[in-house]
Amino acid sequence: MSHLLDRLNFFQSKQLDTFSNKHGQTTNEDRAWEDVYRNRWRHDKVVRSTHGVNCTGSCSWKIYVKSGIVTWETQQTDYPRTRPDLPNHEPRGCARGASYSWYLYSANRVKNPLIRGKLMKAWRRMRKNMEPAAAWKALQEDPVLRASYVKTRGKGGFVRATWDESTEIIAAANAYTVKTYGPDRVFGFSPIPAMSMVSYAAGSRYLSLLGGVCMSFYDWYCDLPPASPMTWGEQTDVPESADWYNAGYLLLWGSNVPQTRTPDAHFYTEARYRGTKSAVVSPDYSEAAKFGDIWLNAKQGTDAALAMAFGHVILREFHLDRQAEYFEDYTRKYSDFPMLVTMEEKDGRMIPGRFLRADDLAGKLGEKNNPEWKTIAWDSENGLCAPNGSVGYRWGEDGEWNLEERAKGKDTDLKMSFILEEDHDEVVGVDFPYFGGEATENFHKCDHPDVLTRNIPVKKIKSGKKTITVATVFDLFCANYGLDRGLGGEWVSKDYNDDIPGTPAWAEKITGVSRDKIEAVAREFALNAEKTNGKSMVILGAGLNHWYHMDMNYRGIINMLVMCGCIGQSGGGWSHYVGQEKLRPQTGWQPLAFGLDWCRPPRHMNSTSAWYAHTDQFRYEQLSANEILSPTAPEGDWDINLIDYNIRAERMGWLPSAPQLKTNPLEVAKAAKEAGKEIPAYVAEQLKSGDLEMSCEDPDAPENWPRNLFIWRSNLLGSSGKGHEYFLKHLLGTDHGVLGKDLGEEGGAMPKEAKWHKDAPKGKLDLLVTIDFRMSTTAVYSDIVLPTASWYEKDDLNTSDMHPFIHPLQAAVDPAYESKSDWEIFKSIAQKFSEVAPEILGVETDIVQLPILHDTPAEIAQDQVLDWKKGECDLIPGKTAPNYIAVERDYPNLGKKFTSVGPLLEKLGNGGKGINWNTETEVHHLGDLNGRVLEDGVSKGQPKLDTAIDAAEMILMLAPETNGEVAVKAWNELSKATGREHAHLALPKEDEKIRFRDIAVQPRKIISSPTWSGIESEEVCYNAGYTNVHELIPWRTLTGRQQLYQDHLWMRAFGEGFVGWRPPVDLKTINADIQDDGDNLILNFITPHQKWGIHSTYSDNLMMLTLNRGGPVVWISETDAKSAGIVDNDWVEVYNANGALTARAVVSQRMKDGTIFMYHAQEKIVNTPGSEKTGHRGGIHNSVTRATVKPTHMIGAYAHQSYGFNYYGTVGSNRDEFVVVRKMRKVDWLDTPATQSPEAAE
Amino acid sequence: MHEFLFGTFPYIAITVMIVGSIARYERDPFTWKSSSSQLLRRKQLIIGSSLFHVGVLGILAGHFVGLLTPIAIFDAIGVSHGAKQMLAVVAGGIFGIMALVGGAMLFHRRWTDPRIRKTSSFADIAILAMLLAQLILGLGTIFSSLGHLDGHEMVKFMSWAQGIIFFDGAAASYIADVALVFKLHILLGLTIFLAFPFTRLVHMLSAPVRYFVRPGYQIVRSRRKSN
Repeated sequence: MSHLLDRLNFFQSKQLDTFSNKHGQTTNEDRAWEDVYRNRWRHDKVVRSTHGVNCTGSCSWKIYVKSGIVTWETQQTDYPRTRPDLPNHEPRGCARGASYSWYLYSANRVKNPLIRGKLMKAWRRMRKNMEPAAAWKALQEDPVLRASYVKTRGKGGFVRATWDESTEIIAAANAYTVKTYGPDRVFGFSPIPAMSMVSYAAGSRYLSLLGGVCMSFYDWYCDLPPASPMTWGEQTDVPESADWYNAGYLLLWGSNVPQTRTPDAHFYTEARYRGTKSAVVSPDYSEAAKFGDIWLNAKQGTDAALAMAFGHVILREFHLDRQAEYFEDYTRKYSDFPMLVTMEEKDGRMIPGRFLRADDLAGKLGEKNNPEWKTIAWDSENGLCAPNGSVGYRWGEDGEWNLEERAKGKDTDLKMSFILEEDHDEVVGVDFPYFGGEATENFHKCDHPDVLTRNIPVKKIKSGKKTITVATVFDLFCANYGLDRGLGGEWVSKDYNDDIPGTPAWAEKITGVSRDKIEAVAREFALNAEKTNGKSMVILGAGLNHWYHMDMNYRGIINMLVMCGCIGQSGGGWSHYVGQEKLRPQTGWQPLAFGLDWCRPPRHMNSTSAWYAHTDQFRYEQLSANEILSPTAPEGDWDINLIDYNIRAERMGWLPSAPQLKTNPLEVAKAAKEAGKEIPAYVAEQLKSGDLEMSCEDPDAPENWPRNLFIWRSNLLGSSGKGHEYFLKHLLGTDHGVLGKDLGEEGGAMPKEAKWHKDAPKGKLDLLVTIDFRMSTTAVYSDIVLPTASWYEKDDLNTSDMHPFIHPLQAAVDPAYESKSDWEIFKSIAQKFSEVAPEILGVETDIVQLPILHDTPAEIAQDQVLDWKKGECDLIPGKTAPNYIAVERDYPNLGKKFTSVGPLLEKLGNGGKGINWNTETEVHHLGDLNGRVLEDGVSKGQPKLDTAIDAAEMILMLAPETNGEVAVKAWNELSKATGREHAHLALPKEDEKIRFRDIAVQPRKIISSPTWSGIESEEVCYNAGYTNVHELIPWRTLTGRQQLYQDHLWMRAFGEGFVGWRPPVDLKTINADIQDDGDNLILNFITPHQKWGIHSTYSDNLMMLTLNRGGPVVWISETDAKSAGIVDNDWVEVYNANGALTARAVVSQRMKDGTIFMYHAQEKIVNTPGSEKTGHRGGIHNSVTRATVKPTHMIGAYAHQSYGFNYYGTVGSNRDEFVVVRKMRKVDWLDTPATQSPEAAE
Repeated sequence: MHEFLFGTFPYIAITVMIVGSIARYERDPFTWKSSSSQLLRRKQLIIGSSLFHVGVLGILAGHFVGLLTPIAIFDAIGVSHGAKQMLAVVAGGIFGIMALVGGAMLFHRRWTDPRIRKTSSFADIAILAMLLAQLILGLGTIFSSLGHLDGHEMVKFMSWAQGIIFFDGAAASYIADVALVFKLHILLGLTIFLAFPFTRLVHMLSAPVRYFVRPGYQIVRSRRKSN
């Protein structure tokens, strides 16, 4: 009872017994002290949850609760076993996750709803005598009042608020915005649904019912590799990490597995024990480099050159000098190598043009359905044929969309090359663009010409009166790699030591990797693939994908994998691990997330283009299209700004828009009704006459500003916001660090399509709402911050592509303080909106502008590029322009719709990726499971969606991955198109239905579904492309095969028909105006993923700060540091025209000279002093970056190059940036009050 | 004032020390430790700590025996006051200098090593500073003592100390006329008693003395009785 009294036992003998010859003794000493330690680890319960952070780890954790408080967490170890001969998945987890419980009760937790003080004051003044929407209107229409809170964003001044008042302001702002400007001015940004599906769906469901805009993330994060949709028509599909173990050769390229894939790294280690050889390509000596048998320290940004040299060696030794049988067979069946490309003439020169289509031939080869979308190859027996599987077979007919080696019902034997004398009619010189000479002074500048003419064997085909010159993709492909095939001519070589673009000697100059290492790695990689039927794998990451020309890096690697038959083979393939979260039950989740059960279609937007326009980054664009245009570009109007390309893309229905029309769509719908016209026809007519404008053409006009922005599950301003300072300046309208001038002030080339306003707007947003559990950088800049439940306080679902399991987040404790789960927050906003809306809104008709989407019959809309605005074609909605679709919005009933499953699922079915199935049974089961709404109104009798678990059950019930019955239905639907039986992949699991309570007990392996290209099986690991290769399901590309040649006009114009080495672009952010005298250290700014955080999460966590240096750091090499007088731990300032940041320097031998690393997303709210350059607090890593869009990513309406949300579109690259680095002269913490008067500080 | 400082304050200090220590032992057993900084830096610690601890323990023993042994006993065994005074000056001087040198090294180490400085609490630094001051004051008394080697002043302190122990209401008066340095020394000493339970000094109560006499190389604690 008392520690002291218990020990006052001096008269008692302590000794009880002796043993071992009296060397040991048993005593009865007091043992009460042990209780202290025992109690330390005693707990009341353990609950399964995980970390809903943007991480592919998706590790299941045990959360320990003691006296109602979460005390700590440890890794779960109960993942279902794999199989003999394959290591198990567990344990999974890392130091970051293990530190999460710190957040729950930390000072950084958001505990109550917070409102910016000045906003609250103005609101209360208005609200006193007015209804909510009227009050918001009055507040917005008073420029002084509006500016009073807009200009103080990021400067403190939050006051506590109630949930009721906060949601009322939000609802009033949304209602006013819908009424005044249109629902598409309400934006929402939240990333990666896979990490907490219900939480994402909560916000997106609210927005979709409202008509608001859900913004993409994968492309904005620059994690989307556009090369994937270009090659496979697939967003991204990759092997699970267990499959690394099956590889014979692992090439790690720009990916730092032990640091950034910590829970999976054990498979890499285990593979090494199994005997897998590994090469690591990385400019710095990374943690992964030490795993490699060989380390290739290629200069940053030169990976495409290295990949081309690898490809050169592989083609030479395995395709030309000797034909590896497996490679030949694989590429004939599964790549576009045998497809024919027409040669086009430009100024008397030949350049590769479009794929030959059935439509180009006299009689169209008898093809009536989509002849312009059926590509042609040469069959050794019958000559020209349209092989099964091209996109033309996918739509409008059944049974031939497969990869059987057949055409028109006949077996084929396709020729890959016309190299033999008897196969070609002629050998002609064909021009290939070469960009190696465009390098800036920071990279090796080649002295080869910008056009390389190479000899190609061609056939002449008579089609009616014209003669078409064609070559196979394979012949062009080999020429592009600079391989001499005995046809003579220049720019090809047989000798690896020649300095001809493509050879190892050439790559050595550019990359700094010696030619013998290049040869050795290429040879080993291919030899292993040949011997193992494709078990060579490349793990590649952000180090390659975040460059402006990332497609070149990626396509260079994809080419290697396809040449060696590695895609679709277990143990082989393309392991792109950059933010590639996998929302496994996607098709079950979509109806919940986008309100497809009540109204279709939702509004989706590609964020890169949106932020590029709305944060006015386009106004500062220094990169002109001419700089990246190919010298072989076909004739065209190419000399326009990058924003102009984006506008054309939106106009032609390629990319989405947000906002969509300059006039409020609710008003347009009313006008159409008054005019008595159908909506699409009316909009088309108005657009053509110019009475109606698309918003994209004038992003700075007040009607086109995004007005309300919700940010949840995200730290847009502290992490992913490329061009951070432009966000602050133009979108938020507060203090910023932009140092450069815009095109107007600089006198640069002005946009031709975008309207220019002399004075750029500042403060476009009326209301910024952030929902977070911690006070992040974004929260600090918001007008309203709502406290959300942490990951140990809510119920949700989590999946990843790194393992095949689905498992939950669960509420181990109730949400602390006044926080609520995201589901509950958006539910309360939806209900409040329904209360507020009737003041100004009723049942309205909205017009949704929908781009031409991938995996829909419309995707084959434009085989030619024609702009209706230039009079090149008529405006046909859904064909030559976006579609315009009327959608009914029942605003007063929004809350009721939010909390019930709507009737459209039973009416229209469910599906995804081009297939659709009836799902009445599942909706019925869901009603039985969740209960049905009893209360009168629009939702009466519909299944309930009251709690987050109800929502989770909806996902699980509808998705083929978690409901075997649906999986079988889905496979059967796919069978209709392919004419092949696929259901065997799911039939053994037809009776399996995974429920929320099942995964609470143990993670469950999902069921194979046609949504994905791999299978879940007890025989092989999940690997992308598996069903394409083994089930002969075509890739969803133009040719139906892995497409290594891109024939779209814009691809050819920008010289990317084939892969090529394109040096990083010159962003021109350092000039004499910006650079101070004496600051001479200029470095390439690289932002890899860190060890002490997952993006910005954990970077403000005390434990991770303790393990790192306790604040922002940058890494530089010893030589660079010395040249600028910097020693380790010095404060340095890093700046360019985009802004400035401050950090401590880590001086390390590991770094390559010429580069500076700033690990991505270290919060500027911790230990960041003021910048001398801007006079404001030092920024985040994105303070020195700016997004730059690439026209080839805007292509649409062209089979695989068609838009899909997070699937295709512009990406926010950031690695081509250079910065000035200097030691800070004075470290100013800016810790004195900005103003002395409490009145002003309020 | 004198009455309060030397008549009342000793009881306050000793009460706080005893009650405070018990309370801390009962309520906050995790903090009952010496908070060694040896893991952060061994340098200076081994020599400094050894010197300091030997010195301080010697002095403590000296004070304990010297002040609390009834005068009659010294008389009975024939130790003259002069001889005892001499012994106190010599032994106290030697141990005092050892402790001062060791303590100075520890203080230097604690003050200048950034890692130890960062991990030190206010109490850690303050108690070390107080001990150093006390050592300096104690050594300072030697000069005063050399002026009266016959030991009559010493008898005053013994009377006072024993008076305090036996609740002699007049205890304070016995040292009313001693030199200021002695008064300061006593006052600071009492303050250290007062501070005792709030510092790392408590570790001296848990010194593992018994380890010296415990036989056997392997100790097995018996099963706890269920109660």
